[in-house]
Amino acid sequence: MILHLAILLTFQLIGEGLSRVFLPTLPGPVIGLVLALLAFVAAPRLAETIRPTATGILANLSLLFVPAGVGVVSHWRLLASDGPALVIALVGSTVLALLVGAFVFLGVARLLGQGPER
Amino acid sequence: MSEVWELWTYLGEGPLLWLTLTLLAYLAGDWVSRHFGRAPWANPVLIAVVILAVVLAVTRTDYATYFEGAQFVHFLLGPATVSLAVPLFANLARLKSALLPMLAALVAGSVTAALSAYGIGWALGVEGQTLLSLLPKSATAPVAMGVSEAIGGAPSLTAVLVILTGIIGALVVTPMFNALRIRDWRARGFATGVAAHGIGTARALHVNETAGAFAGVGMGLNAILTSILAPLIVALL
Repeated sequence: MILHLAILLTFQLIGEGLSRVFLPTLPGPVIGLVLALLAFVAAPRLAETIRPTATGILANLSLLFVPAGVGVVSHWRLLASDGPALVIALVGSTVLALLVGAFVFLGVARLLGQGPER
Repeated sequence: MSEVWELWTYLGEGPLLWLTLTLLAYLAGDWVSRHFGRAPWANPVLIAVVILAVVLAVTRTDYATYFEGAQFVHFLLGPATVSLAVPLFANLARLKSALLPMLAALVAGSVTAALSAYGIGWALGVEGQTLLSLLPKSATAPVAMGVSEAIGGAPSLTAVLVILTGIIGALVVTPMFNALRIRDWRARGFATGVAAHGIGTARALHVNETAGAFAGVGMGLNAILTSILAPLIVALL
């Protein structure tokens, strides 16, 4: 497990370094993700090696968002004034993005003659 | 009673108490979610956040003190993002076969999320830094926070907006797509990952494995696209 974590952190570390030097708008973990994917294509055994730990982390993905979510307590004043507008913006944009995303996916798949996968 | 308060204050100063309470609150949220058969409204993140917010309010603890303990959990968002490469790689063949629908849905969904959030917020009188903080809200938390900082938003506010977006997405997605009779799990999952990042992906993983894999891809790709798109949108606005 420590080996797996070390591998994941190494990809993230290289990603952070590249982000800092070359691509400041791309966050380090995202570059790390792309690098890891490229490494798996070159050496599929690497993906098998870290699978248990990666799956374990992803199975509890929700937990990792809790600390940032609790940050709501330091924005009470702003939420008291702009809260309703922000909630309407979040609900409206999320519903729209879900609908547009799903229908564009289905539309393009149909155009290409790729039927739905059941 | 005062001894209990003293002990609490002593423990509250170190990271152990808040790290432990974060895990316990999440376990409680996850238990409630499972107890109600993963009903959309019983969202584990929402329940955990409400429990912890109440505890912080009752004990008059500020967020900075809480975060000293919770940062160890927050830190794992980085390795979790890298971990997404594993399900991505496992589904590479299926993803390749749906490459064009995915790319089209990615661009359409990502642009819709950012612009409609900004537009609705603007129309309702939200201004300045708060309005900019809305732009990256559909990307996963660590990415959205970085983007928010780069475009002049408030990263800590963006984090809250990101979590709320994920919870809203996880709440509405299953009933909405069922009502619309959208049965393609690839389309459902992918749109969810793009619009509602990791919390939506966690929801998709509970509902259907294919939806979960495509949601993970949508989340990863939107993290990349948002970090390119948000600065461009700000430059054009």
